[in-house]
Amino acid sequence: MDIVVCVKQVPDTTEVRIDPETNTLIRQGVPSIVNPFDKNAVEAALQLREKYGGKVTILSMGPLQSKEALKECLAMGADEAILLSDRAFGGSDTLATSHALAAGLRKMGKVDIILCGKQAIDGDTAQVGPEIAEHLGITQVTYVSKINTVDEQVIRVEREHEEGYEVIEAQMPVLLTVVKSINEPRYPTVKGTMKANRKEIPVWTVDDVEVDRDALGLKGSPTQVRRIFTPERRVQGEMMQADTAREAATLLVKRLVEIKII
Amino acid sequence: MQFQLTEDQQMVQKLARDFAEKRLAPSVAERDEKEEFSRELFNEMGEMGLTSICFPEAYGGAEGDVLSYILAVEELSKVDDGIGITLSATVSLCAWPIYAYGTEEQKQKYLVPLVEGEKLGAFGLTEPNAGTDAAAQQTVAVADGDDYILNGSKVFITNGGEAETYVIFAMTDKSKGTRGITAFIVEKDMPGFTFGKKEHKMGIHTSLTNELVFQNVRLPKENMLGKVGEGFKIAMSTLDGGRIGVAAQALGIAQGALDHAIKYSKERVQFGKPIAQNQALAFMMADMATKIDAARLLVYRAAYLKDQGLPYSKEAAMAKLYASDIAMEVTTDAVQVFGGYGYSREYPVERLMRNAKITQIYEGTNQVQRMVISGTILK
Repeated sequence: MDIVVCVKQVPDTTEVRIDPETNTLIRQGVPSIVNPFDKNAVEAALQLREKYGGKVTILSMGPLQSKEALKECLAMGADEAILLSDRAFGGSDTLATSHALAAGLRKMGKVDIILCGKQAIDGDTAQVGPEIAEHLGITQVTYVSKINTVDEQVIRVEREHEEGYEVIEAQMPVLLTVVKSINEPRYPTVKGTMKANRKEIPVWTVDDVEVDRDALGLKGSPTQVRRIFTPERRVQGEMMQADTAREAATLLVKRLVEIKII
Repeated sequence: MQFQLTEDQQMVQKLARDFAEKRLAPSVAERDEKEEFSRELFNEMGEMGLTSICFPEAYGGAEGDVLSYILAVEELSKVDDGIGITLSATVSLCAWPIYAYGTEEQKQKYLVPLVEGEKLGAFGLTEPNAGTDAAAQQTVAVADGDDYILNGSKVFITNGGEAETYVIFAMTDKSKGTRGITAFIVEKDMPGFTFGKKEHKMGIHTSLTNELVFQNVRLPKENMLGKVGEGFKIAMSTLDGGRIGVAAQALGIAQGALDHAIKYSKERVQFGKPIAQNQALAFMMADMATKIDAARLLVYRAAYLKDQGLPYSKEAAMAKLYASDIAMEVTTDAVQVFGGYGYSREYPVERLMRNAKITQIYEGTNQVQRMVISGTILK
């Protein structure tokens, strides 16, 4: 089974700041990580390989420093990694990104399952995965929380809902986006890390793939960011109920002591 | 001269750091409070290969260098140095002497499972009446046909009771002093091998320290490590390496304490400004950082020398001496930065200060380190 996982290197959003002038993320000095949901996708791919055999390839689009993220996925146990990197890809929104990734996937030839995280923690759009599936004309299932069975024709998965889950059968090849609850991503091993470190990661430029250049970069990006700002934090209040005023007061004081306000 | 870590070293460092932050940090305070050693966490480290870093592939190792392993001990120790010393004891004190002195059969049987993290190792030299004075060993091994019969006890043994594999030192010829000591590999479930009381220690509660008792333990002669009478030499060279591990533990403790102090001093507001803006505290933290960096260079150099196959006994002693002394100073200062909160168990610096003390004592007290250093420079 040929499995490709699309991953994104993202700034660790716990430490993110926004440049008010340009409305973009300040990346300098912010540690970069593999998008956490993408790690779930890598783990799902590795588990599929353990069960059905085959090969796991990681694909990413980004600047050359994204190789770090790819190495981390190789260290987890992926077989190969490919980076799409070119100035022509710079400034891409989700649509342009999905065109580039789809072009990379076409070049890779036969792929049975494409896995993506449900969304990236920087943009939170959840659009790239579904867009790739559209460009490639294959079936897609989003928010997958469990992969039940796979054969050459059909995959059966569970799709997470707010109120439960759906069991879905889809035609292969298929693109799945996965949620956090699907698995617990494994830690890379020391041996895997050292092996990954020695592994060549091919870089594909825009000339290496067949793609409409007008669909890439800023030109191919219909999304225009007007403003990014940190929304004001609204802390949700806590409701307390009691039968009498005295009981309510006791409850309140107890809670205030508990959280060290008094 | 290179002062930069290689990409391999940086990646091992990051691996250990991530593990420490995600797996050790959430439970370290509770395990400390309950004086609980977690075999589960150690097993996870084994699966990741943290026990395999500096051994050849032929024995299940990752073919990394000693410095990478030392970086791992440092990173774990920033968060939970009890786990750091657990790793150091199994790798430096048990796996290493088997790797360095063992026969091929011993390596396949005992080293491989230690390197792969399936088994935990320990080292037994210290006795109630034989601490620094190793020649006063009262544990004896008497030849009996093709076997040896082991009798005696060992105290303060890290990983004792939980470890499956032990490197144990015993007198085979009392008349020869240190040259009468021989090393043996002892397995946990050998008849006659039992465990005495678990030590209740000032610190390093997340590691296990136990007494070992041997009553007529029958050891096949295949379990002798090295030759008859080579035990003292094996013990001393093993401790040279172990000292780098303890130095890395001390370094991690100190760095962890400084990291907490920096964070807290920027957040804690008194007189309308963060306390970090008081020069008295800012300079204190500048001194802490400088001492830590000096210690780090000593520790990394000792590891580097060991990697290069160069003599490192004196340098390991210096690294252990200095790193442990500054760990005690830095953690004491970190508690001071926190003020009253630093003395409370609610904050981690209290634990780090308790834990720092042991690094001045074990793997040879710091007075012994000075004996090693002066012995070398005054030769």
